[in-house]
Amino acid sequence: MTGFFQNLGMSYEWAWFVSTICGILLIALPLMLAVAMIIYVDRKIWASMALRRGPNVVGPFGLLQSFADGLKVFLQETIVPSAANKGLFLIAPIVTFTLALLSWAVIPFNSGAILADINIGLLYILAISSLGVYGTIMAGWASNSKYPFFSAMRASAQMISYEVSIGFILICVVLWAGTFNINDIVWAQKGHVFGIINGFVANPLLFPMWVMFLISSLAETQRAPFDLTEAESELVAGYQTEYSSMAFAAYWLGEYANVLLMCALNATLFWGGWLPPLDIPVLYLVPGFVWFLLKVFFFFFVFSWIKATVPRYRYDQLMRLGWKVFLPVSLLFVVIVSGYLMATGHFQ
Amino acid sequence: MTVGQLIKSFTLWEFVKAHWLTLKYFFKPKATINYPFEKNPLSPRFRGEHALRRYPNGEERCIACKLCEAICPAQAITIEAAPRDDGSRRTTRYDIDMTKCIYCGFCQEACPVDAIVEGPNLEYATETREELLYDKAKLLANGDKWERAIAANLEADAPYR
Repeated sequence: MTGFFQNLGMSYEWAWFVSTICGILLIALPLMLAVAMIIYVDRKIWASMALRRGPNVVGPFGLLQSFADGLKVFLQETIVPSAANKGLFLIAPIVTFTLALLSWAVIPFNSGAILADINIGLLYILAISSLGVYGTIMAGWASNSKYPFFSAMRASAQMISYEVSIGFILICVVLWAGTFNINDIVWAQKGHVFGIINGFVANPLLFPMWVMFLISSLAETQRAPFDLTEAESELVAGYQTEYSSMAFAAYWLGEYANVLLMCALNATLFWGGWLPPLDIPVLYLVPGFVWFLLKVFFFFFVFSWIKATVPRYRYDQLMRLGWKVFLPVSLLFVVIVSGYLMATGHFQ
Repeated sequence: MTVGQLIKSFTLWEFVKAHWLTLKYFFKPKATINYPFEKNPLSPRFRGEHALRRYPNGEERCIACKLCEAICPAQAITIEAAPRDDGSRRTTRYDIDMTKCIYCGFCQEACPVDAIVEGPNLEYATETREELLYDKAKLLANGDKWERAIAANLEADAPYR
């Protein structure tokens, strides 16, 4: 794209700047639209699994429900509690929202269709998702109210514990792919099993890693069954309790952008990203981003499906699962995977 | 923990089974109706919004016996009565506080002339509380509006009374 703007007569620096801005808008705006639609899809899926109809009045099939909700929230008054720390209180949703968008810079939508094709893409994602806890804990602290505070404590403990095992799981992927560059990780999955199946998930050593990654990503995004940061029966609405109007909407957008990011990571790291499921030339006729979006949507369906099915974990069960099951098992698999790769001469 | 339990727990067997169940429900027909556009059938005995009926010649049925006021367990009904110009005994005031009413139907059971009835209407939500304090004019208007439905319901239910 830089070349296109250079042909329009710009210097290289300006062309790079303009093309990067365009790239950001090309990712962020459809992402916002996707988040709005995905909230609607989410509600429809839960409704169907509970034999209900879900939103079906606003627009055809209720498709405009999210926009109606957004408009309603936009017209509401922003209430800042008098005891709250105003600066932090207003910055917190912005932090969450920004961080949710930041990670998308390194997600490849197609071969090479990536905003920042950096060599440490996966490390970047880990860093950003670790920062994500700040938005939550700032909200909980700045609200100066006990339920948001409890919720923020839970959220930070939860995100930190599951990031540890996510780190080990990703190490296995990186060992096998031999790179931190996400685009190259996708290429490494081409014909991974029997030279025909694209994706690490079909690999018997990495399949349990994917299952653990899926569960950890649920915990990381605070989705059911790990949504006890906003356990409404105990903590009202969790760290969002004191928020109203656009600040509240920013949390929702950020939360769902994070969910979509985790779906995209599942698709990219384990299911072959923009590669078709099977390494057959005919399937490459379908453009890569279609495969990518299909996989992301499939994982979003799985996320909603899980939310509609399982009850919420108790806090100690959550901690037990994170530290006493996932951490040792993922550590064991790092040893097994690296041992296997050493024994088969993968690194030569 | 037996080996079987261990295998079950590591393969997440219970979760897989639960998800299979919800997936089956996902494709089932919906149990809910499309409410404002579709409505469930109502029994002829349904006890909804109150109405004061009239005779076919337009004369109001209520004779101000105050049995409904007496039997009302929520004390929602207030009646004042006086002789009318033609000498017949009529109500000068017939109020029902719909926010007190518990819709037990005792008033229509007590009424000797089928004047006060609970009609089939259930969609009379209001924006203010005051609108739910019904007076005689409102109740008579309800009677005029719902008379056909009320008469049909009374007739359908008559064999069982």
